[in-house]
Amino acid sequence: MKVLVVGTGGALARLTALALRDRGHAVIGLDRRPWPDAPADVPVHQVDIRKRAAEDVFRRVKPEAVVHMATVNALSAGGEERARINLGGTQAVFSHSQAHGVKHVVVVGRHTFYGASADAPLYRTEADPPSGIGNFPELADLVAADLHAATMLWRAPELTTTVLRVVYTLGPSLSGTLSGFLKGRRVPMVLGFDPLFQFLDERDAAAAVALAVEKRARGIFNVAGPSPMPLSTIAHALGRTVVPVPEPVLARLLGRFGLPALPRGALQHLKYPIVVDGGAFARETGFVASRDEAHILSSFGDAARL
Amino acid sequence: MARDESVSALVERLELPFNRYGVDPWGVSKKHLAIGFRALAFLYRSYFRVKAVGVEHVPQRGRAMLVGNHSGGYALDGMMVLTSMLLELEPPRLAHSMAEKFLNQLPISSLWSSRMGQLTGLPEHAERLLNEDRLLMVFPEGARGTAKLFHERYSLVDFGTGFMRLALKTGTPIVPLGFVGGGDAVPTVHNSTFLGKLLGVPYVPVTPYLVAAPLPARLVVHYGEPMRFPGNGDEEDSVIMRYVDEVKARIAQLIEAARADRRGEQGRTRS
Repeated sequence: MKVLVVGTGGALARLTALALRDRGHAVIGLDRRPWPDAPADVPVHQVDIRKRAAEDVFRRVKPEAVVHMATVNALSAGGEERARINLGGTQAVFSHSQAHGVKHVVVVGRHTFYGASADAPLYRTEADPPSGIGNFPELADLVAADLHAATMLWRAPELTTTVLRVVYTLGPSLSGTLSGFLKGRRVPMVLGFDPLFQFLDERDAAAAVALAVEKRARGIFNVAGPSPMPLSTIAHALGRTVVPVPEPVLARLLGRFGLPALPRGALQHLKYPIVVDGGAFARETGFVASRDEAHILSSFGDAARL
Repeated sequence: MARDESVSALVERLELPFNRYGVDPWGVSKKHLAIGFRALAFLYRSYFRVKAVGVEHVPQRGRAMLVGNHSGGYALDGMMVLTSMLLELEPPRLAHSMAEKFLNQLPISSLWSSRMGQLTGLPEHAERLLNEDRLLMVFPEGARGTAKLFHERYSLVDFGTGFMRLALKTGTPIVPLGFVGGGDAVPTVHNSTFLGKLLGVPYVPVTPYLVAAPLPARLVVHYGEPMRFPGNGDEEDSVIMRYVDEVKARIAQLIEAARADRRGEQGRTRS
């Protein structure tokens, strides 16, 4: 199958492109960011998905399936720019796909869609609303992009749409939100809280996306791997030092002393868990994560040795 | 009488799917259970000298719902029922309570309640736990139950009905329990909502000696035989209410039995 992967500047998208290539698909990459060491059999078009040149790639390549991974998920990224990329990019992917005969679009989003809040159920299913948006309005663009993609399920019935909400990924690439948080020697925590974090090996996440392409799973799916673990347990397993800081103090420290400049709402993610039930995706595609939590942490730990 | 086996050994024998880090899929942690239950076991065995009767009625495995009355100005009853499931049941089981929402909002209590499997009282949690064949603990009186004053300590306030629909939907047996003595341990004469607002909790019980630190009153809990009801949880309110009243009446009987038991125990102690 000819598959266009949008967002191949990102580590997970690259792994996905390679996973699809290894499974025998013809893979084409697209991103405004370069992929200098892309394999010869994965041609990459260095264009912005929101620019006219991107549509020409769709026109010329005529992919059967498109995997959209050109979203910015980092909580530290600026709001307006992030919204432009996430919403504008998603809109462009669908309009080009509809115009140029694409049969299947897979949108790879994040489980942070659901948000973190004290009164939400621990395990979120696909039917749950994004209840954390009230305390973290900066997530609005990710939520909107996800919901926009989901409307294609009824607005474009001729197109198979898959919306994936993937848990945090960890792996040797050391990329991703959770990875960035765990790379340093010290892991700041909100005093008196120790939320569960759910993570998947990045290679398993790539395999899950490839499986979604092959199975042409229609609908919205959470993608999860091993059971979640408390942040402190993860940090200790990686040999990090946990630094519990009272919430008001931590809020003032954000953006200083090497801490990321996160919006205040991001602290909710250090207080309450976002855990998803990945059962529907597993049933639909047969996906089973091949690496358990110990394997994931040791593989990440080896790559992020202090 | 609670066995002497160490709390850590009992925690090790819990039949829960812990991973190699000692954490189960709900975030329950062996390490926290051992620490928390060590403190609770002291209260259970030495401070309140809890007497649990009829523990054998609690199924050893499989889904079940412990349903009881509130006794005491805060969740003393729940903590002791949890402890009796660990100390007295063979094999030991971890009961999951359906906790008040504020517990998860406050620092420390959020962490400890989560690590000890005490989750916010949401229907989603209850249903999922039962479908995983776990043991659930429910106090259908809710916060109105813990707010009972000293003179109301043996009464029952209105029961919610959610637990019954859930039991029917999930095919779960209800194990009724009557708990007494909590009203003597925390003899509430007033509930201060003002102090509660300051602390982020619904209210703070006020006792004749002001603070709500519990007195070493003897606590007694009687468990009854499991009750099963026909249906799928989609019954009309009148049917559900009838079933709830049956459970409530059974709990009232168990409270009376536990009171008589406690009076006898106290008589023996005095003589």
